[in-house]
Amino acid sequence: MTGAVHIRWFQECNASSTREVGGKCASLGDLIGAGLSVPPGFAVTTTAHELFLQSSDVRGREAELLASVDYESLPQVTAASQELRSMVDRAELPPSTAGAVRAAYGELCGEEGADVPVAVRSSAGAEDLAGASFAGQLETYLWVEGADAVLEHVRRCWGGFFTPEALTYRHRQKVDSADELMSVGVQRMVRARSAGVMFTLNPVNGDRSKVVIESTWGLGEPLVAGEVDPDRFVVDKVMLEVLEKSVSEKLIEHRPDLARRRVVVADVEEGRRSAASLSDAEAVELARLGKTIERHYGIPQDVEWAIDADSGSLVVLQARHETVWSRRERRPTVQKKGSALEYVLADLLKR
Amino acid sequence: MHNPEPVYPFDTIMPESWWVMLNQFLTRVWPVPPALGIDQRIVNGYLYVSPTAITDEAVIEARVPQFLERAGYYYENWDEIYEHWIEKAEDCIRRLRAIEFDPLPEMEPMETVTSRRGTTSAWDLIARYDRLLENMHEMACYHFELHMLGYGALMTFSDFCKNAFPGIPDQTIAKMVGGVDILFFRPDDELRKLARLALELGVDDALVDNEDPQRALSAISDAPNGEQWLDAFEGAKEPWFWFSTGPGYCHQHRAWIDDLTVPFSAIRGYLEKLREGANIDRPLAEILSERERIVNEYSELLPTDNDRDAFRQVLDLARKVYPLVENHNFYVEHWHHSIFWNKVRDLGAVFEAFGYLTDSDDIFFLHRYEVHQALYDMLTGWATTNPARGGHWREEVEVRKQILDKLRSWAPPPALGKPPEAVTEAATVMLWGITTDMVEQWLGAQDGHGEDGPGRGELHGFAASPGVAEGLARVITSVDQLARVRSGEILVCPITAPSWAPVFSRIQGAVSDIGGIMSHAAIISREYGLPAVVGTGFGTKRILDGQRVRVDGNSGVVTVLDT
Repeated sequence: MTGAVHIRWFQECNASSTREVGGKCASLGDLIGAGLSVPPGFAVTTTAHELFLQSSDVRGREAELLASVDYESLPQVTAASQELRSMVDRAELPPSTAGAVRAAYGELCGEEGADVPVAVRSSAGAEDLAGASFAGQLETYLWVEGADAVLEHVRRCWGGFFTPEALTYRHRQKVDSADELMSVGVQRMVRARSAGVMFTLNPVNGDRSKVVIESTWGLGEPLVAGEVDPDRFVVDKVMLEVLEKSVSEKLIEHRPDLARRRVVVADVEEGRRSAASLSDAEAVELARLGKTIERHYGIPQDVEWAIDADSGSLVVLQARHETVWSRRERRPTVQKKGSALEYVLADLLKR
Repeated sequence: MHNPEPVYPFDTIMPESWWVMLNQFLTRVWPVPPALGIDQRIVNGYLYVSPTAITDEAVIEARVPQFLERAGYYYENWDEIYEHWIEKAEDCIRRLRAIEFDPLPEMEPMETVTSRRGTTSAWDLIARYDRLLENMHEMACYHFELHMLGYGALMTFSDFCKNAFPGIPDQTIAKMVGGVDILFFRPDDELRKLARLALELGVDDALVDNEDPQRALSAISDAPNGEQWLDAFEGAKEPWFWFSTGPGYCHQHRAWIDDLTVPFSAIRGYLEKLREGANIDRPLAEILSERERIVNEYSELLPTDNDRDAFRQVLDLARKVYPLVENHNFYVEHWHHSIFWNKVRDLGAVFEAFGYLTDSDDIFFLHRYEVHQALYDMLTGWATTNPARGGHWREEVEVRKQILDKLRSWAPPPALGKPPEAVTEAATVMLWGITTDMVEQWLGAQDGHGEDGPGRGELHGFAASPGVAEGLARVITSVDQLARVRSGEILVCPITAPSWAPVFSRIQGAVSDIGGIMSHAAIISREYGLPAVVGTGFGTKRILDGQRVRVDGNSGVVTVLDT
């Protein structure tokens, strides 16, 4: 299949595909491999990105521009960025890539042939390694419908490859842009009833026997962006029981406007505002999922999830290694090896 | 407050016995470094207990070496000591059973003459009554010989878990320690066996159709295979029906063996389930494998080898002591004490026969030292053939009955006075669920700082068994009301006893005034998978019979839904 150079289905990706599909898509492939429910989709590969850069002559212009740019000068970097981005905007995807993306999207739409909404996201190799700064610049487009729109948004993601921040980042890290290409993930959109994040430890104190879930109505974006005060659940990781639950007032939600074919910010109607966006049973099911992912990677995880409004089933949208507590030294309960009797005595004295 | 009912004068032997027998272990046998035992006081008939803490660091420090040496010896040799403990307890019970109180004869039997024994029925009564009291104190010694060290080990494991896994529910900790072979499930297991056998032998109708146990028994004896069932029944009775319908330390809680209503109603319940094809067996293998899964998963979550090693060590010690902590209850409170109360009743019958008391149970209105006096009065009357001597005991009992009625109608506060700075005594925390916070909360509520009056608001206690249930409250303040509990109701009670177990197969959730995570209500609720909140302090006072309540066994909150 010639398309394999240009696109790769998530289920064909795994940790070793990072170079080809970026961290995000590789991780989704990995989660599918671990038996988790992930909305279907495919990655437009870094090879396709390189082909695009070459066929559109952006590669050549990039080399010329960046050879002379003074990275200390923000206006100079910005000017270079603007020129490269406008080149990307004007360029067409090579026909072989476009054909492969159209075919894959067609397959995603299934037999009915109706255009399904997808999320188009950049998936960079450096994202999970470098963490914060660069990851924050990556693009996400929700509720994209139709093959043309998909192609358009793939190109927009690739435009994000040349933001001033990305240029500066690559310069500072001394990485060649050819080694740090950007894949784009095209994933079937979930019409989320509720969505949110989950940590497989307690982010407050690093306690690894808990799973902490934050949840809101609709899509998870306003929660991640801090626009809503989410419901919060603390679940015991071993017993899979809800230990704490606080339900907040959720004033807005992000939901698809089917007629306008896009995601809109809407007021949550009165009756639903102070209702829990997640049932206890769902919280437990989520925690079970978090546990599976954590076991798979052997490291505490930070997971984005959603509940499909139609099927009611839980899906994983993303899983990353937790970075705060996992890097700290963990506080032991006992300071030195002792006997049971010594522990009893210490306990009596402590009270 | 220790017990929600006023203590009868004779029954003060229980708290007074452990006032010495428990405390001596904490102070004179193995000086538990920070604790000086549990003091007590009876106010208007109600028993209040208070742990005494040592606050002087130097004094605590000085007690450490002896504690390590002595408690260390017991922990080290625990299994052997426990095995020997069972022998001692059973021997003590055997000797208790041998004590007989016979009515005073009109004339001494001829045998007194021919045996040339020289002693008489009068001397027998004096000696046997002394032996009875002595036997009670002996059992009280055994009661606390291992018990307190056991609680210390359980508390250490509990504190380790709470430190390593902040917010871990008490019930999870209990699940890791608890076994399945503890004796207080045994009587209930016997009832399940009897129910199955009844079905096999086809005598189930006799049991289901007759609510009165005596009628059921006679119907069974008329049935073709009845004999076989009755043999099995007799076999189960000794000793498993020596199972008090209360906590065992009050005489009015009769054992199953004396009142078959509770066990027979449970057998009927199991039969109904069996007829529906339900499985009534406790899933023992599942409980054990689940226990190991929980332990392994928590252990894996610990950061260091030292932590994992400490976790395993304190868990192993907790499990080592656990059978005693649970089983002593059957030996002491149920088996021994139920027989003890019956022996006191037998002595009461001697008084009744001689006309010194109206009813054998009236003896419980006399303090044990007064019984000495009354006994001597009676013997004097018998010996001098002048029964009029000391006849005032009957009138005294009548006065006391009225006093006790008054005391019973009083609503005693759950706590008195100034709360101790820290509750350091293991049993106080683990068994009765009393912590410094809890006492302060109780005192606050009764000072009027609490905003919720009767029939309103929220109550807080220990989350003892997970889950949430809503239903109609059935407020039960004594065991004879147990029959009022209907299917699907929420049991609200002062305290439960193991023999209440059958009722747990009918209810949806449980709330108790008194009790910690190792209390019976907590353990049985976990066993039956029912939400439970224990140690609420005021449940039976605040919740009205028939109100809709929600029991949240995850958070330890009980909410009255009707207002």
